Amino acid sequence: MWDYTEKVLDLFYNPKNQGAIEDPNEAGVAVVFGEVGSIACGDALRLHLKIEVEADKILDARFQTFGCTSAIASSSALTEIIKGITLDQALNISNRDIAEYLGGLPEEKMHCSVMGQEALEAAIYNYRGIVIEHHEDDDGKLVCSCFGVSENRIRRVVIENNLTTVEQVTSYVKAGGGCSSCGAEIEDLISAIQQEKVVAAARVAAQIATAQEQNRPLTSVQKINLIQTVLDEVRPVLIADGGDVELYDLEGDIVKVVLKGACGSCESSTATLKNAIEVRLRERVLPNLIVEAVS
Amino acid sequence: MSTVIYLDNNATTQVDPDVLEAMLPYLTEYYGNPSSMHNFGGRVGKALKYARLQVADLLGAEESEIIFTSCGTEGNNTAIRAALAAQPDRKHLITTQVEHACVLNLFKQLEKQGYTVTYLSVDRKGQLDLMELEAAITGNTALVSMMYANNETGTVFPIEQAGAIVKEYGATFHVDAVQVVGKLPLNLKTSTIDLMTLSGHKLHAPKGVGALYVRRGFRFRPLLIGGHQERGRRAGTENVAGIVGLGKAAELAQVHLADVAQEKKLRDRLEKGLLAIPNTEINGDRKYRLPNTTNIGFKYIEGEAILLSLDQYGICASSGSACTSGSLEPSHVLRAMGLPYTTLHGSIRFSLSRYTTDAEVDRVLDVMPGIVDRLRALSPFNNDQAEWLQDREEALVTNS
Repeated sequence: MWDYTEKVLDLFYNPKNQGAIEDPNEAGVAVVFGEVGSIACGDALRLHLKIEVEADKILDARFQTFGCTSAIASSSALTEIIKGITLDQALNISNRDIAEYLGGLPEEKMHCSVMGQEALEAAIYNYRGIVIEHHEDDDGKLVCSCFGVSENRIRRVVIENNLTTVEQVTSYVKAGGGCSSCGAEIEDLISAIQQEKVVAAARVAAQIATAQEQNRPLTSVQKINLIQTVLDEVRPVLIADGGDVELYDLEGDIVKVVLKGACGSCESSTATLKNAIEVRLRERVLPNLIVEAVS
Repeated sequence: MSTVIYLDNNATTQVDPDVLEAMLPYLTEYYGNPSSMHNFGGRVGKALKYARLQVADLLGAEESEIIFTSCGTEGNNTAIRAALAAQPDRKHLITTQVEHACVLNLFKQLEKQGYTVTYLSVDRKGQLDLMELEAAITGNTALVSMMYANNETGTVFPIEQAGAIVKEYGATFHVDAVQVVGKLPLNLKTSTIDLMTLSGHKLHAPKGVGALYVRRGFRFRPLLIGGHQERGRRAGTENVAGIVGLGKAAELAQVHLADVAQEKKLRDRLEKGLLAIPNTEINGDRKYRLPNTTNIGFKYIEGEAILLSLDQYGICASSGSACTSGSLEPSHVLRAMGLPYTTLHGSIRFSLSRYTTDAEVDRVLDVMPGIVDRLRALSPFNNDQAEWLQDREEALVTNS
């Protein structure tokens, strides 16, 4: 039997916020839903959001879930977490937040928390009218055909959760859990991501060290190089979401970027900018960098 | 959870109190080694001999045809390896798609070692088509290995008809009878079976003991090499208490075979009550089925959630859903039957024993409709979508 926490069992036996949301047809209030999974996969979640348009805020959240104990508990936890926050804040919720709210999930069940995060994103994108493009022929190729998992989805979950083994990837997004013929490919992907991380970090560190040795501030060229390196790290996550980012210019400490695809058409991409990109640039390059989007 | 309602007897069973009582002296007073050359050990040797007789009687076999093992997995591995060694020139093997993992995974390994394996398919009821066996078997077939009855659905295979075909081609016939011994009467004297596996804990003996029937005259090669125990056919100091327990359990099973009709009546009542819940169906062969097993698909909800809900009432059952296994795929048995996903993920197996009571069945029938209602209310797949889903799932199954 799975080792579920008290919180998981409690939310399974007494789930909060189950059901759909009726559209009240009130001015200034929108109702949308996002859906992930299917009956074939063994779990599916339809997340309903009631949004206050002016404040861009989630007034109410409800769920309908077909799935196991932890899928139901994760869905219920998600609705509790997101009620009352803004959509930008909601986009920053990761599967780990859901798992933590539940006091942890067995690793084999982490995909239930990923499903919650994906349904949330789907609902918000739905509301904002963002269409996620599927690049089936390019980098977003399908790795696991049993469960229909693309390389980009695997990349995202590996990067965000610091995964190191194929078994972990299987637990989080199911890839590799069917015929397991893609195991080697997932393994290669994990090593490639680890390698990229190591190389990028080493490059940034080396350049900063050189600048410090010479006892002078980073030149614009050095800054641009470093920023480019960090952006390359962030890009896989954005691509997984159907977006992309490109460095446009640098003016002093102001980094100008162009957000593309889903990110570009997203009306308030501040969250992406500030959290995904600015935080990392400040951490890795210079603490006073400011990121701005240009169209 | 005050009392447990145990309806998971195909997974394991309660040790019969009489079995325990028979075993205890061999864990306390009579701890001698049956191989020893003193009376103290000799007495233990006699206990083993008696247990062998008890097991042989239940199977309609001879004492010398029984080898004690540690479990069903050991029995099946030993039998399959022995069959390969008996006819080393033959490189083709036949089994079914719905075998237990200890058979299926061994065959997969043998494929890597150069054997060709035919996996016989099953129909929607989990039943074999013997024409397929006839078509597959050749003079190069070393072994046909199949289960007597399926652990998940209870579907019973036409063993003797299959055996007749196997014998025509001179292949070895191995039967995994783990789910059948103690549930159906057997008489191996008049059977075509060469090797047959059984496991103690499925018939109210403890875990850690089993037996392998080896037809007299079969060219047997042991799996474990070592001392002379079991006449050199299974080396290793005997699990004396376990074997004594298995002997006693076999004796009791013989007696209780008379109660099986009663058990079947209870199963039928449970099944009928559960089928009264909308959108449910039986997975298995209603006509040829173990008397204690029912596997029911509760559509549009997921098995693990049903099990945890039942657990609240102390009711133990099991499911073929993906979420219960730790692998991500639902049961290979139900998939081989070509069941739609709507049924696959919501399949629950109840397996009764001679201890199951009317009151326990009542309790399940009492709580089950509420559990199903609650989970269906949570599910995004409601009955309005049922037809559309059904079509889509059928298409998926056909495509896969």
